[in-house]
Amino acid sequence: MADNIITVSDADFDEQVTASDTPVVVDFWAEWCGPCKMVAPVLEEIADDKAGHLKVAKLNVDDNPRTAQRFQVMSIPTLLLFKDGEPASRIVGARSKNQILSEFDRHLS
Amino acid sequence: METGTTRNVVILGSGPAGLTAAIYTARADLEPLVLEGEPSSTSDQPGGQLMLTTEVENFPGFPGGIMGPQLMMSMREQAERFGAEILTKKATKVDLNARPIGIWTGDPESPEPDVTTRSLIISTGARSLMLGLPNEARLLGYGVSTCATCDGFFFRDKRIAVIGGGDSALEEALFLTKFGQSVTIIHRRKELRASKIMQDRAFKNEKISFMWDSVVTDVLGEDTVTGLRVRDVTSGEERELAIDGLFVAIGHTPSTELFRGQLDTDGAGYLRTTEGSKTEIPGVFACGDVQDHVYRQAITAAGSGCMAAIDAERYLATIE
Repeated sequence: MADNIITVSDADFDEQVTASDTPVVVDFWAEWCGPCKMVAPVLEEIADDKAGHLKVAKLNVDDNPRTAQRFQVMSIPTLLLFKDGEPASRIVGARSKNQILSEFDRHLS
Repeated sequence: METGTTRNVVILGSGPAGLTAAIYTARADLEPLVLEGEPSSTSDQPGGQLMLTTEVENFPGFPGGIMGPQLMMSMREQAERFGAEILTKKATKVDLNARPIGIWTGDPESPEPDVTTRSLIISTGARSLMLGLPNEARLLGYGVSTCATCDGFFFRDKRIAVIGGGDSALEEALFLTKFGQSVTIIHRRKELRASKIMQDRAFKNEKISFMWDSVVTDVLGEDTVTGLRVRDVTSGEERELAIDGLFVAIGHTPSTELFRGQLDTDGAGYLRTTEGSKTEIPGVFACGDVQDHVYRQAITAAGSGCMAAIDAERYLATIE
């Protein structure tokens, strides 16, 4: 995994994500999910490109079902952008880098 | 990607057909470029339809079965091992009559193509159809799913509906019984077109029930799916069915929009091929589900990808 990506869990979600001053994209994923595998390298690129301005976090829904439920994640991959501790934008399903950035950039200015 | 140099072969798509073509053309030192597609949660994505499946039980060589995504990652690795160049991009336009053939991956209005090639292998596959209902799109990710493998987990002890009557529908339904409290298969006819083995398994499964001669006319629910409106096609009567999760497996449509007006298609939109993988344009070959609505198996797609690679190799030898 790229250096700029963190792994979060039910236990440290609030500390790492909702309390973060920097916006955070959380990738809700699981091992069995094919599209999650295809979107993973895209997120690594985004994490590198946006280092310092945007945190990228991965949350395994299999190990952390409470957080998935808390944000009504019922489909993976789901990418949730948190800004000032609140979900600001949501992408359900894998997307290309451009599609992800054009959705999230609107919230990152 | 080197610009300005014309490739020997470009492969569009990266399912079993495209990656087999890549393995063969790479081993033949043709240095193929694979435009594998872009991530999405439909089957129109790198790796193709198998990225959304669970266990593949009938691909020869895997006596214990293999997971669809794992099989595709292995094929990709095998193609790369022989030097195939793989880009996570989609073609936005092609000029099949130009020599060399032109392929655009960025702005299709741009005057110059991004890639040129002496031969082209089309393996863009087919993508799964959705119902096309407004509430289906609105509730995508909130109970409507395009990927049973990915999302079955979220429907533990829930009521699930699967729409369709083919092998894919029954495979999804059987997989979903591992999670759901019940799985209702809604099919527009009175009988299934799925294979005998899948039908036997589905009929035997206690969690699975069937709604025959029925079509879904609406998906219900405010924040998440709570039910479906279903019409009985024989009586015309409508009723509501309370469910929590909806999975649609009503068939596929070939991804051939890119070639419209340049290549011949049959009534259903599939590319026509003759003498193996040849299209009517010399140097342009097609393989896999984009030209096959009869067999549509991973192994037939892989086999036709091999044919296209050999056809392309022979074609290149004739123009040198």
